[in-house]
Amino acid sequence: MKNLIKEFTKGIIKENPTFVLALGLCPTLAVSVSVANAIGMGIAATFVLLGSSIIISLVRDFIPDRIRIPCYIVIIATFVTIAELCMKAYSPALDRSLGIYVPLIVVNCIVLGRAEAYACKNNLSRSFFDGLGMGVGFTLALILISAIREFLGSGQLLGHTLVKGFEPVFVFGMPSGALLVIGLLLGLFNLLKEKRT
Amino acid sequence: MINNLIVSGSPHIHKPESVARIMWTVVISLIPALIAGVIIFGANALWVTLAAVTAAVLTELILGLCTRKKVTVFDGTAVITGILLAFNLPSEVPLWLPIVGAVFSIAIGKAVFGGLGQNIFNPALVGRVFLMASWPKYMTTFTLPFNLDAVTSATPLAALKEGKVLEHISYLDLFLGKHGGCLGEVCILALLLGAALLFIKRYISWHIPFTYILTTGVFVYIFGGDKLFSGDWLFHILSGGLILGAFFMATDYVATPLTARGQLIFGVGCGLLTAVIRLWGGYPEGVSYAILMMNATTPFIDRYTKVRIYGTR
Repeated sequence: MKNLIKEFTKGIIKENPTFVLALGLCPTLAVSVSVANAIGMGIAATFVLLGSSIIISLVRDFIPDRIRIPCYIVIIATFVTIAELCMKAYSPALDRSLGIYVPLIVVNCIVLGRAEAYACKNNLSRSFFDGLGMGVGFTLALILISAIREFLGSGQLLGHTLVKGFEPVFVFGMPSGALLVIGLLLGLFNLLKEKRT
Repeated sequence: MINNLIVSGSPHIHKPESVARIMWTVVISLIPALIAGVIIFGANALWVTLAAVTAAVLTELILGLCTRKKVTVFDGTAVITGILLAFNLPSEVPLWLPIVGAVFSIAIGKAVFGGLGQNIFNPALVGRVFLMASWPKYMTTFTLPFNLDAVTSATPLAALKEGKVLEHISYLDLFLGKHGGCLGEVCILALLLGAALLFIKRYISWHIPFTYILTTGVFVYIFGGDKLFSGDWLFHILSGGLILGAFFMATDYVATPLTARGQLIFGVGCGLLTAVIRLWGGYPEGVSYAILMMNATTPFIDRYTKVRIYGTR
């Protein structure tokens, strides 16, 4: 049990997909304009990660080694389709603001990376917690980035104005602002890692 | 006895030049333009400049202390960054704007790369572009010269971009700075005085500024008019930030090529980009973007214009 908890927690800080592994930066840059988008994207990605990790670790012994990547993609794409259709059905506004980035989870390198690096080598329970941890880590990273960007870029958090008279820094709403925030946070994470060792 | 004989490698001639000395001379060379700005736009220009300089120096000091590096506040580079940033701002901006810009210039434009000598972009221009992208409302509101009521006006280049007819702006007005614009870029006369000091002291060479201005002029002359070879090249040279950029920002030691050949390429590139942005781009003025883009190419220019060591192939 203790091992499983470790599998879960490593995705949040020690092997955080965004800040330590630096995977999945494309959706991170694109959807981190607002916290609402980030939460939606994070939940969708976590769902896909979890589902694909479970299925891949279950079928890992049947997949021929040479065609494993296409097989993974088919499994991942199935879950992405489920996530996308659910999002379209239950929250069309979120679907509209995330746009192409939901279908693009299929090629998200966190999902494929965990399938290739972890789920195909480990049993069901470990893969489950690994996928969950990575998903939560990705979601938290997205929320952190988008909170900074939304606050600086529009003076709001989740659509509520926090400080009156604050002049929004437009640049943080643009892609260049996303690169700035991610770069500085990556530096901060590296600094913390250095401090700890 | 032995200790008195210190054998070291060449060069053996010592010159009293140092980074600090050069940088403080550059600061002095910028003062005429500052005085001109204050005369033209009033005391606000001075406050904006002071705010930017103070913020830049304090940021440099605090970051230097935090990272426990050598304190580089006194070599004047932060002062130059502050002044150049302020020169690129309109005089009527709220005072927090130059402060935020200067902090950004030093922290993001310079310190994150490792401080003095490591930055790949001109810090002052990084700050300006950041402000331009973040608060375009303040950055494009200019005031008329010699007007205490702060009547807003467009810069000559912006008026040209909007297709307005430019009336009563003579070349002399442009040269002396009697038109709307950023507080340090308008008075060409004062800028040239400062640049002359740097040339006499041989702190900057002719390569970048002259190729830069020449290329812009020639390009605008060819493509800027209604038909080919009829562009108003003198207007484009005298307006906007071209002179300030060419002499004081494109000649930054750190982010520009080292060799003479490389500097020629750099100057031509800046000139082409400036002219293209001014004639066909979305912004009326392209000097800052042109210099930043060429800053990015500097490592490549340096690599391909490496000087051949005598005797090698």
